[in-house]
Amino acid sequence: MVEWQFTLLLLSNGLLIGLMYSLIALGFVLVYKATDAINFAQGEFVMIAGFVVAVALGAYGAPLWLAVPLGLAAMVAFGFGLERVMLRRLIGRPIIAVVMATIGLAAILRGVGPLTWGAETKPLVLPISDEPFILGPLFVPPIQLLGASVSIVFLGVFGWFFLKSRKGIAMRAIADSQQVAMAMGINVERYFALAWAMTGVVSALGGVIWGSMLGVDVHLSLVGFKVFPVVILGGLDSIPGAILGGLIVGVVENVAAGYVDPYVGGGTKDFAPYVLMILALMIRPYGIFGKRIIERV
Amino acid sequence: MDRRGLVSVLLAAAIVGAPVAPALAAGEDFIPLLVYRTGPYAPSGIPIANGFVDYFALLNERDGGINGVKLAWEECETQYKTDLGVECYEKLKGKGAAGALVVNPYSTGITYQLIPKAAVDKVPILSMGYGMSASSDGRWFPWVFNFPTNYWSQASAVVRYIGHQEGGLDKLKGKKIVHIYHNSPYGKEANPTLDELSKKYQFELTLLAVDHPGQEQGATWLQVRRINPDWIFMSGWGVMNQVAVKEAASKGFKMDHFIGNWWSANDADVIPAGDGAKGYKGATFHAPGTKFRVHADIFKILYDKNKGAGRREAVGEALYNRGIVNAMYTAEAIRTAMGKFGNKPLTSEQMRWGLEHLDVTEQRLDQLGMKGFTHPIRVTCEDHEGSGPVLIQQWDGAKWEIVSDWMAPMRDVVRPKIEAAAVEEGKKLGYPMRDCSKEK
Repeated sequence: MVEWQFTLLLLSNGLLIGLMYSLIALGFVLVYKATDAINFAQGEFVMIAGFVVAVALGAYGAPLWLAVPLGLAAMVAFGFGLERVMLRRLIGRPIIAVVMATIGLAAILRGVGPLTWGAETKPLVLPISDEPFILGPLFVPPIQLLGASVSIVFLGVFGWFFLKSRKGIAMRAIADSQQVAMAMGINVERYFALAWAMTGVVSALGGVIWGSMLGVDVHLSLVGFKVFPVVILGGLDSIPGAILGGLIVGVVENVAAGYVDPYVGGGTKDFAPYVLMILALMIRPYGIFGKRIIERV
Repeated sequence: MDRRGLVSVLLAAAIVGAPVAPALAAGEDFIPLLVYRTGPYAPSGIPIANGFVDYFALLNERDGGINGVKLAWEECETQYKTDLGVECYEKLKGKGAAGALVVNPYSTGITYQLIPKAAVDKVPILSMGYGMSASSDGRWFPWVFNFPTNYWSQASAVVRYIGHQEGGLDKLKGKKIVHIYHNSPYGKEANPTLDELSKKYQFELTLLAVDHPGQEQGATWLQVRRINPDWIFMSGWGVMNQVAVKEAASKGFKMDHFIGNWWSANDADVIPAGDGAKGYKGATFHAPGTKFRVHADIFKILYDKNKGAGRREAVGEALYNRGIVNAMYTAEAIRTAMGKFGNKPLTSEQMRWGLEHLDVTEQRLDQLGMKGFTHPIRVTCEDHEGSGPVLIQQWDGAKWEIVSDWMAPMRDVVRPKIEAAAVEEGKKLGYPMRDCSKEK
């Protein structure tokens, strides 16, 4: 393999993986955009979705066409239920209350998942080949192509939803000011529930794609860690930002792993995105596409 | 608080605290079990813990303990975290009639933290096939044991196996071997040995680190593709293993030329890759499966009576069997110590003597229902590793099968390195060097 091909493969791998990070980040952005809440349990949502689909496929022998919608339905119900039982009580409370609640929720889900379905790794096999597509000098694993395609479709759908649909505009209004939105007659609680249910949908898709790549066990929740550099780079409330942030993180990771790690014995791949994140916070704290908030003091 | 209030609080604390203390009888041998049944490494920690507990339970149920002395144990959850592991050790080291007999840390990080405490608390450490390789030299580390073999011996045995596959060690000249390792002290353990062997046998060695947790290894495997190695050896852990096996399969690498170390060859490491994992190999020092008498006893005495620690179908998994081997070594060391000190509950110092004089022969393995399950081992004052040989197992898509003879480590390469490292590490801890000839 010649050098330029290696570089090209690193970049293509980074772009495809980056789009898969964007899918996870999208769940985070949806909640933040609609409710102003930071969800620290995003990775655990993905894990729970993965468990539901893998158990439906493995333990109950359900076909894929049934297991995936089941996972989607379960996560939508979970999102609604979570909002009703836990998050609704936190409306109007300081943002730190929601942050702490989601950190606690993450810990609970990391325990509940293996307790309910067993800690052993469960396969989540999709009917696609492991053989990479060869596109000229590029080798593209089918699962990455699928993941990237799903990400693009859903990023587009949710982008349209927030920009053009009546419900999306209402959600943005709520995120701007819950009190004003209420005064305008928007049912804040209903839209909060909708936002968490939408996150459930995205998590279910993430659970299927990432679960297929990694297998399903408690490790799957670790993909949530990738969300933070992505959304801080791109902007906490920006769907295009989630895409761009994911792409940047994916490419930076791969280039660091390909060209820097061999000389320093590893370690740069994981911290490089966080270095970028810190730089972004210093230069553009609201992210590349994030909304700049100007307050009168 | 007045005196009456203080008494009330103390009384309440005593009432609340009383049921929490485990019911340990005075006539039992107590062994703390540092386990990780939760957290990201639980898929590996659960089978090990279950193997351990099942073997001890089997001894108590079937034999009434060891020579009439029952075994008692208490699990403490570490989540594979070093700080929690140390906390567990401190909590449990004093339990039992005479305190903890031995501690199995089940983490290289925890082992490193407990080594300085072992000599002070006089609680021996058994880090079976993990931990600090330098502690194999018992002259410097009297309280630490890592038999039946260590990471350096394993690396040399794997190179020997590769040499056999290529038609002789001299055929390694010019071959390309990649070591993919978890970027942690554990993962790096084999690197110096591999480096030395690459010079000796003139193969081209490339070291590729994978950062924790290792979910995304695209760039690493692009480098593998660029290098186009003849063989890959992996020292992985957790999710890193399953991702690496999937990546290798999807990149079309010859799976029978991909060998994981004994922490990279469990069922959980290969199942997610499905058929792609077929042919993947792993090092081990015990057999997989349930075809041994000890398993028949475990099924009959524990699982048929709903007394098993885990799921029946998980008995015989690679890491479950590792738990059994570890518990067997612990039990046999107790039995060895009882041979000298009498059939009564032991102290940790007596247990240390038992560990240092452990001699599990072929005949003894047969008596234990483990003939062919693992290799005989003999521990001495100088050699706490036993330099045990290594087997290679292979995944056939549904189960592991042993595909090699016992591969001896290259003791001529490994032992001098151990002795040099023991001097360095022992001096750091301020240990004196024992004269083993005076202890015989």
